[in-house]
Amino acid sequence: MSGATPMLELRGLRKSFGDEVVLDGIDLSVASGEVLVVLGPSGCGKSTLLRCAVGLEPLDSGEVLVDGNLISATARDASLRQRVGMVFQSYDLFPNRTVLGNVTLSPMVVQHRSRSDAEEQAHSLLDRVGLWDKRDSYPSTLSGGQRQRVAICRALAMRPEVLLLDEVTAALDPEMVREVLDVVIDLADGGLTMMIVTHEMRFAEAVADRVVMLDQGHIAETSDDPPAFFRDPATPRARAFLSTFDYRRRSGRASGSLTKE
Amino acid sequence: MGGAEILFQGETISRLLSGLMVTIRISLVSVAISIPVGVVVGIAMSSRHLLVRAVLRAILEFVRVMPQLVLLYVVFFGSATAFGLDLSGEAASVIVFSLWGAAELGDLVRGALASIPPIQYDSAYVLGLSRMQTFVHIILPQALARLMPPTMNLVSRMVKTTSLCMLIGVVELIRVGQQIIDFNRFQYPTGALWVYLAIFVMYFLVCWPLSIASRRLERRWAA
Ligand SMILES: Nc1ncnc2c1ncn2[C@@H]1O[C@H](COP(=O)(O)OP(=O)(O)OP(=O)(O)O)[C@@H](O)[C@H]1O
Ligand SMILES: [Mg+2]
Repeated sequence: MSGATPMLELRGLRKSFGDEVVLDGIDLSVASGEVLVVLGPSGCGKSTLLRCAVGLEPLDSGEVLVDGNLISATARDASLRQRVGMVFQSYDLFPNRTVLGNVTLSPMVVQHRSRSDAEEQAHSLLDRVGLWDKRDSYPSTLSGGQRQRVAICRALAMRPEVLLLDEVTAALDPEMVREVLDVVIDLADGGLTMMIVTHEMRFAEAVADRVVMLDQGHIAETSDDPPAFFRDPATPRARAFLSTFDYRRRSGRASGSLTKE
Repeated sequence: MGGAEILFQGETISRLLSGLMVTIRISLVSVAISIPVGVVVGIAMSSRHLLVRAVLRAILEFVRVMPQLVLLYVVFFGSATAFGLDLSGEAASVIVFSLWGAAELGDLVRGALASIPPIQYDSAYVLGLSRMQTFVHIILPQALARLMPPTMNLVSRMVKTTSLCMLIGVVELIRVGQQIIDFNRFQYPTGALWVYLAIFVMYFLVCWPLSIASRRLERRWAA
């Protein structure tokens, strides 16, 4: 990786909301084909980081580069915007369009590709996530897991160079989490560059090439060895964070005094 | 109960139907004008310019708060006095109903646009859509779908309110009915009830389908 231009590079990103400094100078880069997982406690600015990277939030200062091209902090032209895709936590499919309509809209409208070209691509994407049969359904008739898989296809239809995923399974029932995360792992195997925010620690460990922990506007810890990070994080901050996902095994049956009466 | 013969005498029914046509014509023309104007007003009311919003809001509240009858008088008599215009009663009615419809629809469009979740804009943005493309392909279609039921409702209220137009000399359904009743006062003293019954049925036949359509659409888009 050394020497090569990073696919996505964030330099000195600063972002505040009012008096609250959310990102206090973040430097981060994602190499081509790399999967970077961003962890951190709720409210630490993970979503803000991704939103800044994709241009949804104006930066206070700092730079975003995609494949070495500087993207301006305020106005961002569509051609560069298309190179970074993003999928959100909540269901953001367009309810007025079918599954196929959702996936083909931006290739046709933004990239001016022909309908047949867009549909052919949608066919292969939807096939890949097992939803081609649902192409004529409207989003309101799909399960949460199905919607998120369609949302991933919709983002991929723009052939982005980097895909950002913000807790794409956080709003899902547990049994649907897997069908979505399997798709993401499949994409990682296919060499897609991704920056992923997730609270699914087992998934994070499975998919990450590199892990970054965000805390109080700074990067608290970075690790190129995810299994080691999850087994034995270097910083107390990361250790404390990871321990919030463990539960203490009770030592025995309680006397039950709270439940009686 | 006698007097029903009045309905089958001479041209009663055909005259009532021509009155109904006037009612429908005023409503349809006004709706046809209010829809595009209302959409534009609604979009302008969602504008980021405070002044544009404030001015539109003031006009809209004025039109809504004024009784329609007052507006009819103001436009019909005011246009003659102030501008020397000789508007027909029907033209004045169309102006007032279009104003009213555009104001109501403008507010409905504004509300519908405001009810679109911000994530829809965000998703469109990250897919590379321009603001205009987002509006045309994503936001407007969703807003229009939500607007169908209240628009049907507005049309039906408009049809009913056209009865006020007779007060500025428009010979619409109710006015025709009154003329028939007056003309036959001695021949059919109890005819009034029957004429109003016929008018009732005619209004019902026009407004009922609108109300059914509105309820259907409401259910369809509830999901
Ligand atoms: N649009 C906004 N206006 C004001 N404050 C905001 C806005 N967006 C985020 N914040 C604040 O910025 C901080 C970081 O929020 P952010 O959503 O990035 O956290 P997060 O790490 O994604 O949290 P979570 O794990 O709960 O999703 C929070 O304190 C939040 O209240
Ligand atoms: Mg978040």
